[in-house]
Order: sequence, then C-alpha cells, then structure tokens
Amino acid sequence: MTRAGPPLIELADIRKSYNVGLANEAEVLHGVSFAVERGEFVALIGPSGSGKSTLLNIVGLLERLTAGSYRIQGEETSGLDDAGLTLRRRAVLGFVFQFHHLLPAFSALENVTLPALMREGRVAASQLERARAMLAAVGLGNDMHKRPGELSGGMQQRVAIARALVLQPPLVLADEPTGNLDRASSDEVFVLMRRMHAELHTSFLIVTHDPRLAARCDRVIELVDGRIESDQQNIAAAC
Amino acid sequence: MGRPIMIGWLGFEARVAVRFLREGRMQTVLIIVGVAAGVAVVAYISALISGLQRNTLEKTLGAQAHLSVSARDDVVIPAREPLPGSAALVQTQPRVQRPRSIGNWQSLVPVLEATPLVAAVSPMVSGAGLAQRGEATKSIALMGVDLDRYDRIVNLRSKVVQGEARLGPGEGIIGRELADDLGVRIGDRISLVTGSSSDSLRVTALVDLGVRELNRRTVIVPLRAAQSLVGLPGGATGIDLALTDVWAAKTLAAELAQRLPYKVESWQEANAQLVSALNAQSVSTALIRSVVMVVVVLGIASVLVVSVVQKQREIGILRAIGATRGQMLRVFLLQGAIVGALGSLLGVLLATGLIKAFTTFVRGSDGLPLFSISLPPGLALAIAGIATLCGVLAAVAPARRAAALDPAQAIRL
Repeated sequence: MTRAGPPLIELADIRKSYNVGLANEAEVLHGVSFAVERGEFVALIGPSGSGKSTLLNIVGLLERLTAGSYRIQGEETSGLDDAGLTLRRRAVLGFVFQFHHLLPAFSALENVTLPALMREGRVAASQLERARAMLAAVGLGNDMHKRPGELSGGMQQRVAIARALVLQPPLVLADEPTGNLDRASSDEVFVLMRRMHAELHTSFLIVTHDPRLAARCDRVIELVDGRIESDQQNIAAAC
Repeated sequence: MGRPIMIGWLGFEARVAVRFLREGRMQTVLIIVGVAAGVAVVAYISALISGLQRNTLEKTLGAQAHLSVSARDDVVIPAREPLPGSAALVQTQPRVQRPRSIGNWQSLVPVLEATPLVAAVSPMVSGAGLAQRGEATKSIALMGVDLDRYDRIVNLRSKVVQGEARLGPGEGIIGRELADDLGVRIGDRISLVTGSSSDSLRVTALVDLGVRELNRRTVIVPLRAAQSLVGLPGGATGIDLALTDVWAAKTLAAELAQRLPYKVESWQEANAQLVSALNAQSVSTALIRSVVMVVVVLGIASVLVVSVVQKQREIGILRAIGATRGQMLRVFLLQGAIVGALGSLLGVLLATGLIKAFTTFVRGSDGLPLFSISLPPGLALAIAGIATLCGVLAAVAPARRAAALDPAQAIRL
C-alpha cells in the first residue's frame, strides 16, 4: 500500500504513568511507537498487565498520555481539551468493549442510533435506515426492538459492533470483543468484524489475548511490560 | 471536525433523561410524589394565607377609609423658647381637642380627587352623641356624610340589611345592633343629642358594618344635619379617601401630609396591630415555603446523586461513543427539571383538591364557607415554575459529577 498523506493514527514514544508525582508513581507504558494505516486489521496482544488496555484507552482518547505524541490523521491530540477529544472520538472512532456495554434502557435499534442522536440531536430517516441496515447486516434484523437484556452475549456484541460502525468511522477499537463469549459466538463475532472490514474498509485495532484470533489478523503487535515486543505482518491471514 | 456539537436542541439529552428516569421506576415515582407533596403544601398555604389576609383586609377596610384627612391636632405653643445654654422647667397641660373643621375643605376635595391613585373622596363630619328612644339612651358615633360619596368609600349600600339606603333631610341610617338596642324598625324616629344641640331622625335603613361594636354605635346622617349637631356649620371634620391600591395608602399619606397642612392617616397607621399581624403571617408563610422548597431540592438532589452512581457505566459508555461533558451535564439537569415539572403539576392538582376540600368541609357557624380561598392560575404557574427551577438547581451538583466522570474509569466498573 502506498502512503497518501499521514497515517490514520501515529503514536510516537508514548509513555503513561499513574499517580504522577506521588510516592507510588508507576509507569505502565515505556515509550510505545506504532502507526495504523487506513484499512488495516491489527491485533494487539500481550499478557495481562502488559498495558494493552491502557494503550487502547489512549488510542481511544479516553485517557491522556503522560509523554510522547499521538497524531490522528496528522493532527496532534495531546494538547486538546476534553471537548476537543470528544469531538475527535466522535468523528474518528468506534468502540466495541468486552462486556458489550450497551445501554440497557434502550432497544438494540436505539443503541445503534445513539451516535447519530448525540451528534445531530435527532435521528434522521436516513440514519434510522442505516441503523436498520447495519443491524440486518450483523444478523439481528428480527431482534432490533429487543432490549439488550433479552439478547444473548453474542447478539449483544453484534449490536455493539453495529453501533461502532453505524457512522462509518475510519477506525474501530475493540477491547477483548470476544473475551466474554463462548467459542461459537466468539467465531461468529470475529467473522463479522472481518466481513465489515472487507465491506467498509474500516481499520480495526483489536486487543485480545486469544492467540487463535490474533492469528487471523493481518498484523499483530505484541506488547510486553509496556514495550512493543514485536510488530509484524501476518502473511498467513492476509487473503 | 469542528462541527457544531448540537444541532437539534436537547434531542439527545431529552431522550436519555426520560429513559433514565423511566428506568429508575420506583425511585422516580417516589421523588415525583415527594415533589408533588411539597408543591401542594406550598400552593395550599399560599392560597390559604392570601385568602385569609384578603378576607381580613376586606372586613377591616369594608368599614373604613383607606386614607383620612383631618385638621391637625391642637398643640400648646410654648410661651418662649428657652435661652441657649439654659434649661426651662415647664409643665404643660395638653390642649383639649375640640371638634374642628378642615379649613377650606370645599376647595380641597377637587384637589384630592385629582390626585393619582385616589378613587373616591368623601367629606364628613363626625362627633359623639347620644341616641334616645323612650327610656333607652345609647352613646353613638355620629357621622354626617354625602351618601353617594360615602358609598364609594365603604360600599355602604351593599351593607344594608334592612330598608333602603336614603339620606334625605331628617333621615338617617343606623347600625343593626343599635336598632336592636333601641327597639327601632325602619321608619321609626329616634332622638339624637350632642353637647350643643339635639335633633331627631327617621331611620331609613339598618346596616351591618361587619364589626359588632361599630354596628352598636354607628349613626349616619346627612352632612348638613351633622354639621348643626356637632356645632360646625358649613364645616367638615374629615375627608375620607378610597384608593385604587390599598397598599399605596401609607406612602400616599406621607406624601399628602407633606404637601397639605393637615393630618393624613392611612389605614395601616389606624390598624398598626393588624398590619403587623399580617406581616408576621406573611413572613412565617415565606419561611414555611422556603423550608419546604429546600426539602424538595434536597430530595431531588439525593435521588439524582444515587442515580449518577448507579449509572456510572452508562455515562462512561455514552462519553466513550461521543457524548460531550455538556451533554451529560444537561441529561441530569433535564432529569431534575422533568421531576420538578411533573411533581409540580401533580402538586398543583393536589392543592386544588385540598382547597376544594377546605371550602366544602370547613364552614362557619352560619353554614357558609369561612372565607373564600382559591389558587389563582398565575400563582399556580409561578409555584410550578419555581419548583421546576428548584429541580434544575437540585440537579446541578449530581449533573456536574456525571459530567466530570472519567469515561475510562467508568467503563471499567
């Protein structure tokens, strides 16, 4: 792939410490650098405690970095205030969490229209249509009026994927998206993400500790003790 | 990037706020009922006290002028001023206050009539005397008036309980109790005696002035008859004024007293005790109202604080998928407003019911309602508005907490 313009996201020498200035100050990321280009499907693996989730939160603009540089589409983010971060999050990112994290008081369809609602203050007919289509695409065309509590774990995660993708962000961040699912649902969800990637050319950055899943991603970044241990293209997975 | 954060105003916030409240079910119902109870108490007390005060004022002002102008009291003028640096020991006997006419009252009347806020002007002659009939003698308060003018001051015609108000020469109107004491019926004659003169009159009407003591003493005669009985031919001892705004009486009295060489007394000064009682009542009502409102605010606030804690995860998700701090703040402010508005709607209905019950079941010895109380729509609206505002105020602290939640931490919970 030839590069046209800056990468989608670019992290350079990211450091993250907790309890800065206190006696128990602890650095969990010790200078992490990598970039993700448009259309990549990347796994971020590593043992627990290696800093994967922290790194994902930083990429997701949910946590601030202590030192280093994080650029989204060429724009430096470290100087942005909360409102600025929120706007970038809206424009660029979709989230899929381990524990589904749907709003229990809203139906599947309403959960998927939430991003449009919070952006525009209303759900336009075209947005509603797109949300329906997205739910149909993830195989929930018949369950879109059910509340999350009435859906199985795998179904909830598919709703979450539909919600993450509905506004077609360039990058979806997934934190152990299959961590809470049985093997069959887990496969289903993963296949769905690959399909969406193929159809929408959305970049994915997936945190997982499941080597089976990592093996099916195009690129695998391994994080150990807050440092990148390896970062390589996965020839086998690229179809 | 750089898109406006909100286009459809509060669409997202309203949807989420309503959903959160509905999800809270019992909690939401309880706090709305709590707000309703508070609003009902405030509305009911406001209506009750204003009804009570209006009733008291009507009774008081029904039989007296809002402002009365009279000649200044006679005072003793010292023979000479004590020299500077010396003290004079003086014993002064206060002057006798003889009946005195207001100088030049005929030209004062049009001046007063042209004064702003003055609705009616009635010159009068008052004095003391005795009423006699047969062997009965009663002390009376004699009033000489022009009936049409006086009617505009105290609405005398509406107070007639028997006969027809008429004040021709030799005619008079007397209080109901006085008629009983003297055994007088309409058309009967009674004799009036004052220090200087005597006369007789034919009773044309009996009036009820609302106060028994007044009914026992009042005798109203034509101005001319009173002038001769009191010994002030062509004079007037006072001028009564009715105002368009009763509460303006005090300031207008001060203003007139400065401009005119007469004594001007407002009804507030004549009823100082009543006015201070009314004020005390208003102050304690305000106190009760504010305490109830504080309780309402605390109730709403505590429910919302709990709700923010319960909804940390949801708040975190919403923030992660792009809700701004402002949006989260408004979601909770709106919840406060909704609880306040629904509660006050229910509360106003409840208060209307209470007022209905009061007017239906609480009755005087005559079977009529003690006094009329009602909840004017304006007052109901104002109370509902204030309660809604209180809801928003109560939500400020919880809403700020929700807005300040760290999304990364909230999601992890």
